[in-house]
Amino acid sequence: MANIISDETIEYVGILAKLELSGEEKEAAKKSMGEMLDYIDKLNELDTSGVEPMSHVFPVQNVFREDEVTNGDESGRTLQNAPSEKDNMFVVPKTFD
Amino acid sequence: MDKKQLLSLSATALGAAIKAGETTAVEAMEAVLEQIEARESTYHCYVTIERESALAKAAAVQGKIEAGELTGPLAGVPVAIKDNLCTEGVLTTCSSKILENFIPTFSSQAFLNLEKAGAVLVGKTNMDEFAMGSTTETSYYGVTRNPRNPEHVPGGSSGGSAAAVAAGECFFALGSDTGGSIRQPASYCGVVGMKPTYGTVSRYGLIAYGSSLDQIGPLTRTVEDCAAVLEVIASHDPKDSTSIKREDTDFTAALVKDVTGMRIGIPRDYFGEGLDPEVKEAVLRAAELLKENGAILEEFDLSLVEYAIPAYYTIAAAEASSNLERFDGIKYGYRAEHAEGLHQMYKKTRSQGFGPEVKRRIMLGSFVLSSGYYDAYYLKALRVKAMIKKAFDQAFERYDCILGPVAPTTAPKLGESLVDPMKMYLGDIDTISVNLAGLPGISVPCGTDSRGLPIGLQLIGDCFQEKKLIRAAYTYEQVSQDA
Repeated sequence: MANIISDETIEYVGILAKLELSGEEKEAAKKSMGEMLDYIDKLNELDTSGVEPMSHVFPVQNVFREDEVTNGDESGRTLQNAPSEKDNMFVVPKTFD
Repeated sequence: MDKKQLLSLSATALGAAIKAGETTAVEAMEAVLEQIEARESTYHCYVTIERESALAKAAAVQGKIEAGELTGPLAGVPVAIKDNLCTEGVLTTCSSKILENFIPTFSSQAFLNLEKAGAVLVGKTNMDEFAMGSTTETSYYGVTRNPRNPEHVPGGSSGGSAAAVAAGECFFALGSDTGGSIRQPASYCGVVGMKPTYGTVSRYGLIAYGSSLDQIGPLTRTVEDCAAVLEVIASHDPKDSTSIKREDTDFTAALVKDVTGMRIGIPRDYFGEGLDPEVKEAVLRAAELLKENGAILEEFDLSLVEYAIPAYYTIAAAEASSNLERFDGIKYGYRAEHAEGLHQMYKKTRSQGFGPEVKRRIMLGSFVLSSGYYDAYYLKALRVKAMIKKAFDQAFERYDCILGPVAPTTAPKLGESLVDPMKMYLGDIDTISVNLAGLPGISVPCGTDSRGLPIGLQLIGDCFQEKKLIRAAYTYEQVSQDA
């Protein structure tokens, strides 16, 4: 395997991805990410100099509209899906001391 | 009309029978629910079945049909919807634990279009979790079995939709296709499946996986049904900024049994190493049949095919890592208990809520987008995507459509694919470039292998050329039935 994923890298990726991995999961993730990157490295066989990155197949532009409410007040129904709510607001765990 | 006869009808034939008063929307729904009762314990096509409301809604639609308010070809026809399409008031899980209790307050535009046309929801179909997988085995809610042989997978990620159509547990279904997720399960289950040109069907209300690749499309029993469904779901939608205004969405006009003079390119790259000889034979036989009916066949080299999978998995994982950030346990879905503080709650919720394949792709996506790797991986993949698009552009200067297999093999056995994800990814080789290039592609049944497992013929068109695909697919379907 050409790509060796270090403990630090997998730790960092866990922070970016907001995932908490067990020791076993970390080892599996290191291995599978290394394999995937080895495979993705195949793209380096191609000379892409001068090729513009294509994010969308068709030209896309911002679609603007007036800032008007068209779907009514759905806060009550929306909050029904919330794991925790109070006084028409989402309840979250303590964010700072 | 008796139940068996009813269930053998295509969606459009059922719609016509309802209109003619030979049966009713309620009878059709009762037949489907009975079929579900008999078969669902074996196949498990659905995550949610709308047993109660389906009959009431069918009765309401029947009233509108009789009053002359609903006159379209799908009025009164029972439909199954993939569980990543939001349906107002109906559980929508994406086959994930993290959305185990999510009840949308709005419906996806594609489903709204169907409802407006009088189609009636049977239920929500099983899928790979967040559409990440090729077998429907990554679902949190258990596997779906292939109705053609329950020891085998139905394909994925729209496996529940394809299986429900094949098992007669609905008359047609919607799926989504990010790298082959409509066409491949259609092929494995022996039904018709189409991924339209990117932007043809609104993605509003589709829970996003790879936004630049995702497209909603039909899974049906016949090409005629496919055209009729696509005609209904295609619409310009201001709520999806990538939605395209098209004037040519009268797709049923292309149901013409004639391919005289149609130029069909056969890419040698799709027939190389790894292709099952029986699949190859069936697909080439289908090509011959089109030739006998007037099409002009030519082999050519498409090029770059082997680079599509690494480019795809880089781009799809990157977009997934961003799209799936919204699942954080705050506004909807699962929230982990006993978390100290907000940040730990996010981490615990996501770690407990997502399955292994989803985590794998989120991590890969986070990595390729991270500072220091963004250019080397993500931008590189976008450059390769541009090259792949150009290769197709060049091919479509010479051909009306491209013909090949949908997948290198028929449906694998249950339990064989997840052991080696890399191998599973390689199975997407024939479908994935279509998504990268935004093209339309259709899968049509073209026989079975020696074990009786269905084989799919894939036709790929240039952007906005669905009508050519429908015409070729319809011709093949009709002449192969005559043969």
